[in-house]
Amino acid sequence: MAGSTTTGLKIVIVGGFGVGKTTMVKSVSEIRPLSTEETLTLAGEQVDDARGVERKSTTTVAFDFGRISLNPEMVLYLFGAPGQERFWFLWDRLFTGTLGAVVLVDTRRLADSWYAIDRLEHHRTPFVVAHNRFGDPTHSLDQVRDALDLSSDVPLVECDARRRESSKAVLITLVNHLYALSSAR
Amino acid sequence: MAPRLEDENPDRLYMVTGGRSSVADDGLDLVTIIVSECDPTPGMQSEHVRILRLCTSPMAIVEIASELRLPVSVVRILLCDLLDMGRITARSPRPAPAESRLPDPELLRQVLVGLEQL
Repeated sequence: MAGSTTTGLKIVIVGGFGVGKTTMVKSVSEIRPLSTEETLTLAGEQVDDARGVERKSTTTVAFDFGRISLNPEMVLYLFGAPGQERFWFLWDRLFTGTLGAVVLVDTRRLADSWYAIDRLEHHRTPFVVAHNRFGDPTHSLDQVRDALDLSSDVPLVECDARRRESSKAVLITLVNHLYALSSAR
Repeated sequence: MAPRLEDENPDRLYMVTGGRSSVADDGLDLVTIIVSECDPTPGMQSEHVRILRLCTSPMAIVEIASELRLPVSVVRILLCDLLDMGRITARSPRPAPAESRLPDPELLRQVLVGLEQL
């Protein structure tokens, strides 16, 4: 990273297991995606009868991230976030201050994205939806939009997360969407 | 090869943070950029030394955690100590304006320019 970096920005890529989040991060990141962990302490999960005191248990979740240097001062971090409900605690931390989110969907497991879309709407985090095709020509974008019950003002695009140009186009779609929302304010 | 994070000994993590498991709202985000303001001094805690060496070039908290192979929550505690001692400075992301979560158009324009040059 350059010595003059002053601003760290982030975009979260969220989706179900195996949908291609890490693949997308990898295809556009200037570094091999790194992994780190966040921990959550769950108080009072178990009671130790012998001592009559509550034990604390700790849950750990790993997440991947990549980096794009936008200019000498600005670095964009991309986070691949598991979309499943049990990782809800990670979301607040990740979404605070994020520019926006990409929901990556796969027509084989569209239901995996419902919870993610709900949470984003709840957080009022702007997002776009990208359909990672995996060579699936059988579903049109209209069908995907219907299946997700997605409002017409949320951009929905096709992509191939393995391809840099395609992943880059998804990020540009998101930032254009943010720009339009921000300029209209 | 460095130990994997999941094999980390919880007792060691306890020692690293002096037994603390969290800090009050510290305003530190995963992408807050950290910069060293001084060189390590003799007798300094080894994790503090590593952070000061890593951050001679500005580095985001999430990258520091990944380099140190420590959970982000542990790294935030270490960084708070260093901030309190004035040994590092933190460059936080610009907060989104209240009411909306949207960044300002000028920032977004710069992001677009950067992405298009990828």
